[in-house]
Amino acid sequence: MEQNRKKLVIIGAGPAGLAAAIAAYDSGEKDILILERDDAPGGILRQCIHNGFGLHRFGEELTGPEYAHRYVREAAERNIEILTRTMVLSVSREKVITAMNDEKGVFELQADAVILAMGCRERPRGALNIPGARPAGIFTAGTAQKYVNMQGYMPGKEIVILGSGDIGLIMARRMTLEGAHVKAVCELMPYSGGLNRNIVQCLQDFDIPLLLSHTVSKIHGDTRLTGVSIAEVDEHLCVKPETEQYIPCDTLLLSCGLLPENELTKGASIPLDRITGGATVNEKRQTELPGVFACGNVLHVHDLVDFVSEEAALAGKSAAEYIRSNTDKTKNANIPLTACGCVRYTVPQRIDGIDAPVRVFFRVGKVVDRAVLTVSDGETVLMTKKKRRMTPGEMESFEIPASVLQKAVGTLSVSVVSEEKSE
Amino acid sequence: MKTVELTCIVCPMGCALTVTQNEDGSVLSVKGNTCPRGAEYAKAEVQHPTRTLTTTVKTASGKPIPVKTDRPIPKEHLFDAMKKINSLRIDPPVEIGSVLMEDLYGANLIATADVGGI
Repeated sequence: MEQNRKKLVIIGAGPAGLAAAIAAYDSGEKDILILERDDAPGGILRQCIHNGFGLHRFGEELTGPEYAHRYVREAAERNIEILTRTMVLSVSREKVITAMNDEKGVFELQADAVILAMGCRERPRGALNIPGARPAGIFTAGTAQKYVNMQGYMPGKEIVILGSGDIGLIMARRMTLEGAHVKAVCELMPYSGGLNRNIVQCLQDFDIPLLLSHTVSKIHGDTRLTGVSIAEVDEHLCVKPETEQYIPCDTLLLSCGLLPENELTKGASIPLDRITGGATVNEKRQTELPGVFACGNVLHVHDLVDFVSEEAALAGKSAAEYIRSNTDKTKNANIPLTACGCVRYTVPQRIDGIDAPVRVFFRVGKVVDRAVLTVSDGETVLMTKKKRRMTPGEMESFEIPASVLQKAVGTLSVSVVSEEKSE
Repeated sequence: MKTVELTCIVCPMGCALTVTQNEDGSVLSVKGNTCPRGAEYAKAEVQHPTRTLTTTVKTASGKPIPVKTDRPIPKEHLFDAMKKINSLRIDPPVEIGSVLMEDLYGANLIATADVGGI
């Protein structure tokens, strides 16, 4: 078997992999290879033809392909090598990557550092336990998006969407513009997981009803979907049978959450965070296996690609530094962060370097009005921050100043409470 | 006089706005907003709602080209614009940014990706 050496191997040429490669290159590491399983770089952005990308990063509204194009071009300008149509089979703890494609067959690469940038995938029907038949006509929203936007096929005409994540909302509009009839979007929770902007511009613009606290209770049809039963759910998210109603339709789209794609990470026995589904990392996005970094949706699911690019650039720069020093030079303060109360998780999960401020990302588990964020070290409150509203649909962040980190002894707890309740 | 209910999309607060309009369409009052940007959004939205249209154009190979209007177009013309765009056939190669249709309700239709030849 062919075996080669590369200083830095990046798995995935989506927005995270591209931004990581560019940042690593600009930090001085030129020996980079990106491995990508699709036939072109760009990742999921290639099928996200709608606009709204890049407002933070570029100060203008771009479509997905336009946003991807900027990074693909920047990578090309630096002659960064991208092997497309190449599937990575495993990553070992010694950083040997086994991959295959139709040209080389199976091959191995020894890397000094690896960046995991595999992205995420959609929660499929099999993970949702919807009772009923198994006819054709049930797709994840992203699969339907690929059919419509990249292959030019319409998956159906009469549509019901389960889940109000952003991809579901975007597809409600897309299918409507292409002449389909979207009858309803059902959301299990009492609030939508999508951005407000998408609820207004994708549903309200086209009079598509958003049914909160509703789910699909049964799937009907033999060879092709003929309809779904939908029903209201109670406060325990259990179906109220008396509210069940039948909606005829030929297509059901599922937009029920995204799962970081960490099979390779697990294969290398790299510890994962139970909540994010991604690796646990320090402030440089280094996993618990030195020299292996993770960024983008494989680490935690982001709402905005702008923040993926930012995080990936940090991972790329860190990987270049790691290769140059060939050790992890940070002081390894190893301060763990724990999420408390409404805070579901934090990224990073630990802080090793205390000489620079660290930005911490997190999500809350429910809508919190007049939110007060507190970082404490045992009984001592080290810092607080207020925000008018925090919602589960929007990732939040705050910066811990170096001075606070230097004072910290032991675990830092991050919690959020509503000011109204605490008074 | 008529009133319109809107959800503000300027920030994640998502304020519920109530806009009161005169018979001639001019805005009498905006209520429910918690900042001046909300009032501005509400006025524009009831008087001249516009949207950037993103869709695809068919090619001979069947692989679509992603496109967008280079500026927002009046919301009421979205479906008419879709009809015009769907009657279009473009043969690749197409370069990102190239104009595929001019004067589509005040905007140009431009390609949003490089699409190579067959």
